Amino acid sequence: MSTATHKLLKGATGDWEMVIGMEIHAQVISNSKLFSGASTTFGGEPNSHVSLVDAAMPGMLPVINEECVRQAVRTGLGLNAKINLRSVFDRKNYFYPDSPQGYQISQYKSPVVGEGEVLIELDGGRSVTIGIERLHLEQDAGKLLHDQSPSMSFVDLNRCGVALMEIVSKPDIRDAEQAKAYVTKLRSILRYLGTCDGDMEKGSLRADVNVSVRRPGGPLGTRCEIKNMNSINFIGQAIEYEARRQIEILEDGGAIEQETRLYDPNKGETRSMRSKEEAHDYRYFPDPDLLPLEFSQEFVDDLKAKLPELPDKKKMRFVADFGLSAYDASVLVAERESAVFYETVLDKLANRARDAKMAANWVINELFGRLNKEGRDITGSPVNAEQLAAIIDLIGEGTISGKIAKDLFEIVWQEGGDPRALVESRGMKQVTDLSAIEKVVDDIIAANPDKAAQVKDKPQSLGWFVGQVMKASGGKANPQSVNDLLKSKLGV
Amino acid sequence: MTDLTSLTLAAARKGLADKTFTSLELTDAHLSAIEAARVLNAFVMETPDQARSMAREADARIARGDAGPLAGIPLGIKDLFATKGVRTTACSKILDNFVPTYESTVTSQLWRDGAVLLGKLNNDEFAMGSSNETSCFGPVGNPWRRDGSNATLVPGGSSGGSASAVAALLCMGATATDTGGSIRQPAAFTATVGIKPTYGRCSRWGIVAFASSLDQAGPIARSVRDAAMLLRSMAGHDPKDTTSVDIPVPDYEAAIGKSVKGMKIGIPREYRLDGMPAEIEKLWSAGADWLRSAGAELVEVSLPHTKYALPAYYIVAPAEASSNLARYDGVRYGLREQGRNIIELYENTRAEGFGAEVKRRVMIGTYVLSAGYYDAYYLRAQKVRTLIKKDFEDCFTKGVDAILTPATPSAAFGIGEKGGADPVEMYLNDIFTVTVNMAGLPGIAVPAGKDAQGLPLGLQLIGRPFDEETLFSLGEVIEQAAGRFRPARWW
Repeated sequence: MSTATHKLLKGATGDWEMVIGMEIHAQVISNSKLFSGASTTFGGEPNSHVSLVDAAMPGMLPVINEECVRQAVRTGLGLNAKINLRSVFDRKNYFYPDSPQGYQISQYKSPVVGEGEVLIELDGGRSVTIGIERLHLEQDAGKLLHDQSPSMSFVDLNRCGVALMEIVSKPDIRDAEQAKAYVTKLRSILRYLGTCDGDMEKGSLRADVNVSVRRPGGPLGTRCEIKNMNSINFIGQAIEYEARRQIEILEDGGAIEQETRLYDPNKGETRSMRSKEEAHDYRYFPDPDLLPLEFSQEFVDDLKAKLPELPDKKKMRFVADFGLSAYDASVLVAERESAVFYETVLDKLANRARDAKMAANWVINELFGRLNKEGRDITGSPVNAEQLAAIIDLIGEGTISGKIAKDLFEIVWQEGGDPRALVESRGMKQVTDLSAIEKVVDDIIAANPDKAAQVKDKPQSLGWFVGQVMKASGGKANPQSVNDLLKSKLGV
Repeated sequence: MTDLTSLTLAAARKGLADKTFTSLELTDAHLSAIEAARVLNAFVMETPDQARSMAREADARIARGDAGPLAGIPLGIKDLFATKGVRTTACSKILDNFVPTYESTVTSQLWRDGAVLLGKLNNDEFAMGSSNETSCFGPVGNPWRRDGSNATLVPGGSSGGSASAVAALLCMGATATDTGGSIRQPAAFTATVGIKPTYGRCSRWGIVAFASSLDQAGPIARSVRDAAMLLRSMAGHDPKDTTSVDIPVPDYEAAIGKSVKGMKIGIPREYRLDGMPAEIEKLWSAGADWLRSAGAELVEVSLPHTKYALPAYYIVAPAEASSNLARYDGVRYGLREQGRNIIELYENTRAEGFGAEVKRRVMIGTYVLSAGYYDAYYLRAQKVRTLIKKDFEDCFTKGVDAILTPATPSAAFGIGEKGGADPVEMYLNDIFTVTVNMAGLPGIAVPAGKDAQGLPLGLQLIGRPFDEETLFSLGEVIEQAAGRFRPARWW
C-alpha cells in the first residue's frame, strides 16, 4: 500500500502504521421491529412500544419482518456486496436486563450480506477502497435508566428488538482521516438508500473501532476495540489517542493486551472496559425458533432495479453531463439532500446545458456558504430550489449581473418572493441599452481627461474606468458592454 | 351423574347434540370428579367458575345450532400452555404467580371450537422429566396400581397430569406436549391414547418452550377417535410460529375405521434391546399380529443410528433449553429473589426458582454450547440427528407406511423409584420415543395390554411426516384388538 494515502505516526523508535477495522451498527428504517409488530418510533413513554415478544414473555416466538430483510439487501447492494440467498439467525446468549430473552437474535456464521466495498475520498482528491467483510441483521437492546431511583435501575424496552444492521469492514483503514471518511461515506450511502437515518446523536448509527499499530507493512499487532462511538469527530480523536497509547507501550518494551475500551470525550482518552479474559462466551447456536432466511435471486434483482442512484454514480454523472469539477461534484453528492436540492435546481432551469455549472457554483458557494454561516442545513434553507433556479436563469439570460444576483439572493433569503418579479419591481435589471451606457462612459471620460490619457501606457487602469461606470449606473450596466465601449473610446 | 365422566368424547358429543344432557351437567360431573381425586394431584389449578361459564356458553351455542366440533367438551390443559387470565407456571417456582395476558394458539383453537376449560394440569417442571416428579407442585399419582399393592406409581412425564386426569376420568381429554416422549410415555403408563403430531403441525405460540426444535403439542385422550377429534382442533398453521407448517388440517376422525389392508408396517430391529422384558417383547408381537390380521404386511426394517438418538437428544434438548430458560431472570415477571446487584439477583432468583433437574439441564446445555465444545457436542449431535432422520426416510422410501415399536421399555414405576442416584436411569424411559422427536415425525401411543403386575403397556406407531391419518387408522386397529383399559378406582 502506498503511504501517500495515509498518515504514519512518528514514534521514538521510528514510524508506526495504524490498522483499523470498524463494526458499524446502523438502525434500520422500518415501521416495526425485526421480530415483532411493535412500533420503532423514537422517543415515547418508556416501555410504550413493547410487544409480548420484545418483553420475552413465556411462549412467545419471533417472526421475521420482511421489510427489514429488504432494507438489509438494499444496503448490501449499495455496498456492492454479495447477497446471500440463504442466511441463518443465531442466538447470542448473555444475561443483561436490556436483553429480556437472555439472548440477542443475530447472524453469526451465515450473514445475509457478504463481501463488498466502499470507496472513500480524502483531501487532495485521493481515494481509497475499504473492503466490507459482511453485513448482518440483529436485534437492538433496550436501555437501562439509572436515574429513576436511588437503589434500583429501571429498564426501557422501547428500542429492544429494533432491527440493526451490523456492517463489518475489513481492517483496511489506515488512519483517523480514513476512518472518519469511511463512516461519513457509509452514512451517506445508507441515507441515499433510505435504510438508516444515520442520526448519530440519536444513536441510529454507532461504531465499534478496532485499532492496532505495526511497523509500516509489518505483521499485524494486537488490537483493542473501542466500543460504542457515536460521533465522527470522537472516532478520529479516539483513534489518534489509542494508537499513541499503543505505540508508547510498545516502544517501552511492553505488549498490547487485547481488550475492549471506552472513549471518554471529556478527557480525550480511552480506558479499559474489559479484558479478553473477561470476554463473554456467547454460546452462539442457530435459533431453533426461526427457519433459515431464504429468498430468490428475483427478490434481489427486483430490489436492485428499484435502487436509487448512489453518490459515486451521481458524482460521475455530474462530471460527465454537466462538466462539474470532481471536487464540486463530490461536495454536491456528499449528502443526499444536497444532491436532491441541486438536481431540483437543474430541473427548474430554463437552459440547463448553459447554466448547470453556474448552478453548482451557486449552490456550493452562495447557498452552502450562507447556510453554514447560520448553522442551518439544506432542508431548512430559506431560498428554495425554484427561487435559486430563477436567480440563475436571470444571470444566464443577461437580465442581471452576477453582482446584482448576490443582492437579489440576499433579498430572497431575507424576504422571500419571486426573483423575477423582484428584479422587475425593484429596478434591478441590467442596462444593455448601448446608448444609455455610452452616455455614462462619455461623461466619465470627459470628467477625467488625465486618467484617459494615461490608459494607453497603463492598460491596467482601464479597470478604474469600469468601476466608475458601474458605480454610476448603480451596478446595472452590462459589464461586458462597458468594457467594450471603454476600450474603443480610449483606443486601448 | 358420575357416569357422565365415563363417556368417550365421541359419545359425549352425541349426547350433547341429542340434548340427552347439557354441557353444564357434563362439566359439573367432571368438576366433582376432580374434587374427589385431589389425592392424584393431577390438577394444579382448578377453574370451576370459568368452566361453568364456558359450559353455559356452549349450551347456548348448541341450542342456537352453531356448535363447534368440541362444543361443551370439558378438557384439562397442561400448565405449559398459556391461558389468558389463568395462572400458567410450567410447574416451576420461577413462574410462581404468572398470569398470562394472552392465550396460546392451540388452546384458543380449542375454545374457538367450543371446548370447556376445567383447569390446569400438572407436569414435570418445564416439561423436563419422565415421571412428573420434578413439578414444583409435587408428584402426580397414577390411577393404576400394581395388583395387590397400595404403592402409588408415577403416571410418566412430562405430561403426567394430563395422562393421569384422562385415565382417572377427570376430564374428557387433555392437551399435552412432547419433546422426547412426554405425550407417548405417560399415555402408555396410564392406558390412554397420546399422539405427538409432526413437528410444525401445531403452533408452539404461547406454549412455554423447553427445546424449540423438538417441542410439539398433542392430545392425550380416552380413545384413538377422541385423540383424532382433539388433534383436528389443535392443529393448523399459525403465522405467529414460523416453524408451523401451512398445509390443510384433514378430518382425522375420517381415518378411524379406514382399512389398513396392504399397508406395510416396519418392525425396526434396533429397537429389540438387550434385556428387554419378555412381556414387552410379547406385546410387540401381539401388536404385529393384530395389524397382520387386519391385512397389513409386516416387514423388518433397520434404523441403524437408533442407539445414538438418546445421547444426541440429551445434547440438543438441554442446549436449546439453556437458552430458552434464560428469560426467567427475575427482572420482568415471575419469582424475584433480591440481590445487592443484578448478577446476585439473577443468581438468587434462578437458584431459588429452578428445581434440580432443570438446573442440571441448563448446566449441560450451557456446557455443550460453550466455546471449544460446540463442535464436539452440539454440532455432532445435529449431525446424528440428520442421520436419524435419514434412517426413517430410507424406510419410508422403501414403501413402509408406518413403524411399530413398544412405547416404553417398562410399565409405570413407583414414585421415588428411579433416577435418584443416576439421572440417566430416568432418561432411558425415552429410548423408544426420542428418535421420533429428533426426526420430527408423528408418533402415537396406544394401550395394548398389561404386564404381569396388571399395569398397562402401550405400543407406538411412527408415521411419515404429516401422515397422522395413517397412525389413527392403525391405532384404531390396535385399540379394537386390545380393548380399552380402565383403572380400578382407589382415590
